[in-house]
Amino acid sequence: MDISDLTARFGLLAVGLVAFAAILLALYGLAELASRRDRSRVVATVFLAPAVIFLLVGLVYPAVRTVVMSVFNGDGTEFVGFDNYAWAVTNPDALRTIVNTALWIIVVPLVSTAIGLVYAVLIDGRRGERTYKALVFLPMGISFVGASIIWKFVYQYTASGEQIGLLNQVRTWFGADPVNWLNTAILNNFLLMVVLVWIEVGFATVVLSAALKGVPTEIIEAARIDGARPAQIFWNVTVPSIRSAIIVVAVTVFIATLKLFDIVRAMTGGHHGTDVLAHNMWDQAFRLGNDGRGATMAVLLFLLVIPVVIYQVRNMRRQELEAR
Amino acid sequence: MSKTRRISCLAAAASAIALAATGCGAPDEGESDRGAVPDDATDCANYEQYGDLKGQTVSILGSIRDTEADEMMEAWSYFESCTGAKVDYEGSGEFESDMKVRVDGGNAPDIALFPQPGLMANFKDDLVPASEEVTKLATEGWTEDWLNYGTIDGTLYAAPNSSNAKSFIWYSPAFFNDNGYEIPTTWDDLIALSDQIAADGVMPWCVGFESGGATGWPGTDWIEDIVLREGTDLYDQWVTHEIPFNDPRIVAAIDKAGSILKNESYVYNGTDTISSTAFQEAGYPLLDGQCAMHRQASFYGAMWPAETNVAEDGDVFAFRFPEAKEGDNTMLVGGEFVAAFSDSEATEAMRQFLASELYHGARLQTGPWSTARQGVDPSKATTPINEFATEILTDPDVTVRFDGSDLMPGEVGASSFWTGIVQWVDGDKDSQQMADDIEASWP
Amino acid sequence: MSTETQAPEQRAIGESRGDRIRRVLTSRVASIVALLIAVLWTVPTAGLFISSLRPEDDIRASGWWTVFTNPTFTLDTYNYVLYSDSQGGGLIRNLVNTVVITIPGVIVPVAFAAMAAYALSWINFRGRNFLYIAIFALQVVPLQMALIPLLSFFSQGLHIGDVTIMPSWELEGVNTIVQVWIAHSIFGLPLAIFLLHNFMRELPGDVMEAARIDGASHSQIFRKVVLPLVTPAIASIAIFQFLWVWNDFLVGRTFGGGEATRPLTAVLGDMAGTWGFGWTRLPAAAFIAIIVPLVVFLLLQRYFVRGLLAGSVKG
Repeated sequence: MDISDLTARFGLLAVGLVAFAAILLALYGLAELASRRDRSRVVATVFLAPAVIFLLVGLVYPAVRTVVMSVFNGDGTEFVGFDNYAWAVTNPDALRTIVNTALWIIVVPLVSTAIGLVYAVLIDGRRGERTYKALVFLPMGISFVGASIIWKFVYQYTASGEQIGLLNQVRTWFGADPVNWLNTAILNNFLLMVVLVWIEVGFATVVLSAALKGVPTEIIEAARIDGARPAQIFWNVTVPSIRSAIIVVAVTVFIATLKLFDIVRAMTGGHHGTDVLAHNMWDQAFRLGNDGRGATMAVLLFLLVIPVVIYQVRNMRRQELEAR
Repeated sequence: MSKTRRISCLAAAASAIALAATGCGAPDEGESDRGAVPDDATDCANYEQYGDLKGQTVSILGSIRDTEADEMMEAWSYFESCTGAKVDYEGSGEFESDMKVRVDGGNAPDIALFPQPGLMANFKDDLVPASEEVTKLATEGWTEDWLNYGTIDGTLYAAPNSSNAKSFIWYSPAFFNDNGYEIPTTWDDLIALSDQIAADGVMPWCVGFESGGATGWPGTDWIEDIVLREGTDLYDQWVTHEIPFNDPRIVAAIDKAGSILKNESYVYNGTDTISSTAFQEAGYPLLDGQCAMHRQASFYGAMWPAETNVAEDGDVFAFRFPEAKEGDNTMLVGGEFVAAFSDSEATEAMRQFLASELYHGARLQTGPWSTARQGVDPSKATTPINEFATEILTDPDVTVRFDGSDLMPGEVGASSFWTGIVQWVDGDKDSQQMADDIEASWP
Repeated sequence: MSTETQAPEQRAIGESRGDRIRRVLTSRVASIVALLIAVLWTVPTAGLFISSLRPEDDIRASGWWTVFTNPTFTLDTYNYVLYSDSQGGGLIRNLVNTVVITIPGVIVPVAFAAMAAYALSWINFRGRNFLYIAIFALQVVPLQMALIPLLSFFSQGLHIGDVTIMPSWELEGVNTIVQVWIAHSIFGLPLAIFLLHNFMRELPGDVMEAARIDGASHSQIFRKVVLPLVTPAIASIAIFQFLWVWNDFLVGRTFGGGEATRPLTAVLGDMAGTWGFGWTRLPAAAFIAIIVPLVVFLLLQRYFVRGLLAGSVKG
């Protein structure tokens, strides 16, 4: 690392920031002019223009392009109708990918939310609650790639000799043979899910713990006086009162799970029956060079999220109505 | 090479220890010749033909990384200093996807070192065919077998960079000597020898297919070696899918591999350990006489523990995979092809340089490496195994065929073939079933 | 009021011995379970940290837990990965790249998102709801599919037929970082707009009304009224975006040019996906990549949580 490397990079940073400030000033100036003439449409246009242009170029156009590509063949030279979709639902590997994705989007949100909820309840009001929370929250700050490295060291397998993977070491301490975890089909899917759960539980804990603070203590006290057991209080009082927070957590984790790419890429590369949609579409399009199939997998991914979007939009509509 | 390079060091995802012990890719220490670049390669007079390229840059993308990349760039450094051109090399661990993203995104490197000729052909429309000069150098430098793999639709696009010999069986010369075993030259000899070793109380074979996410690829090499020796025509038809993957002759070849790989009295530690034994360390029991033979390409020479003497009179060495028919002379190979996406002056000069005897001679001496370039002196290679490999590769009488899984579509060669062979060796599928499933996955 | 103070007493009276034991027991089980989860969640990271401090030969030979019987530590690996000129070293450069990428990668999308969110919440125009829902829905577009079109936009410009609307950007060397800024800004926008919109909708309408009656223009209201009120929200969204940009792998890899100009995680991803013979350097390299966001995250946790809550619970 030379000084010139440093000056080049920070020089670029400075130029970039100044240029950005200039753009902002120009936009405000325009908006101000339009405001004075009381043209709110123009003001709205100025305020929205940068975001809308960025999104059109960077997301809308690619999305449309993807849908178009999904009805063409591997190198985009021939219209094939729904052949790629037929492939996706008949080819055993593609089906495996879809089934795995289904497993992921059921297991990860469910388990993450459940552990997060239980943990939030357990540490609620306990001494050192903040520390407890921070420990579980930490993985959220770690990148998927970093998390994959961390967990590779847990799942590490050695055919003979001393184990350096924690899980296999624990097995050998109990006299069992080491297992090649990441190559063991079906099980390896769940081991990869563990990594995402490990990351998402922190998120669940924090949101749910905050929601718990909002549950009036009187209700819980009242239930306790009525002789309710902790488990009963949990199921009949706590859970219903933070229902909306639980749904939000589950939906957020659901979307994150559906888009998951890095963990599969870094840990198994999708081999040994561990592929999921978000990784397979990349694999098809970029590694195997089949644009049509990659695009098809991407469209299937869109389709899976649509129910969630509709649900969210309904929610929003309802809130709008309530607000009025 | 493709998988091999990527994998040799890298995909060891689940087998860190293996790497640990090998220092994968790191050359043996104490090589006297290492780095001794020949005088003519450092003499700027030999670079005058490329002209003055000051201020020009050539960007190169390849899958070669780590020490090997440093050694390669050392061989390029004289080209840079003498012509004034700057060579910007980037080694990628995700070569296929990086190429795809960059070419489709209009951001292709000037030159790419393709480990898979099949992948290169996908980019045909963006490639610049070999110039007259490069074609001339390539024709004088490589046999027709080699140039075929750099030719797309009758036009030559690329000459090879490195080459390596894959049909190698590693053995312990001392162990063979002590027991009076002879190096087998036919398949029948090989089986007879295996039987004899087994009868003498030693397991004849060490086998390991584990390679993290790429587990199974060492098995594909076994099948390829056997199919190739059933007939080069059969091999060519098989890899180009002129015959289906489940053709009876291919199924028979898989069964033939099974006569070793699925033979409980042949395989050290038992056939059920093959798929979970890391390929990097699979050959090690050979060192203490626990098994007698291990099939792996020439690059395995760099993966033995650091103190191993890899030489014909040393601890381990390799002999050629035996022929099925007397008089055949075949070799399964891997390597990279130098393809260009730009026709700039500096790119053209670099292509000529990379196809020249000057470069291949120099590169042979900057580190453990082997090449098929005619005119180089194999004895200049830095290790005995690379000398042996280079001798075979530069011998025009040897029929070479490129690693089939690198020629098949990625869905097969880098996916279903791997998983198929693992299920087969684990006993989950028989040869017919495995071939049927792979055939079904052919795009 | 009186019933409340009596409650504990009543319970104590009403509680049988069996109930009390059960209660004590559950709380003990609860403690153990909580502790167990906390430990399970911390051990993997702690293992990586310990590994990163061990000599490379030790990492190869044995697991990190052996340090408790055989403690040997060294900072050599950190030294190597950060500063060495050899393969697998010199990450300090990539660390600087990450910093240079992250700052605009956070500021630009948050600023544009704030403007857009204001327009979507407080300026009346036709198609407003549709636009908002469309932007919300864009959150689900997998960014992998946007890589090639966006890259070709940078490297070839924009043409319709033979008409050049935007020429090629021709970015080289360090300047390729500009592409990464723009890509991150694009991919960060939908979520930032969505969250900020949720905050801004919550602002009291009469404040806005009053300002408008006083003759303030939209841009004045935005700057002088709305921005100060949503500063905490902006802080939390900025942390969100910071984590995303800092931890990103695919965008930096695709748009970041060569190895010298890529961010840390993108280089790390290469090391991780391949485990070259320097895999023993991975723990140290990974820890360098992890530590900055962790510290930022812990220090600013409060804002982050507030953002999550307001953003998600409302949505």
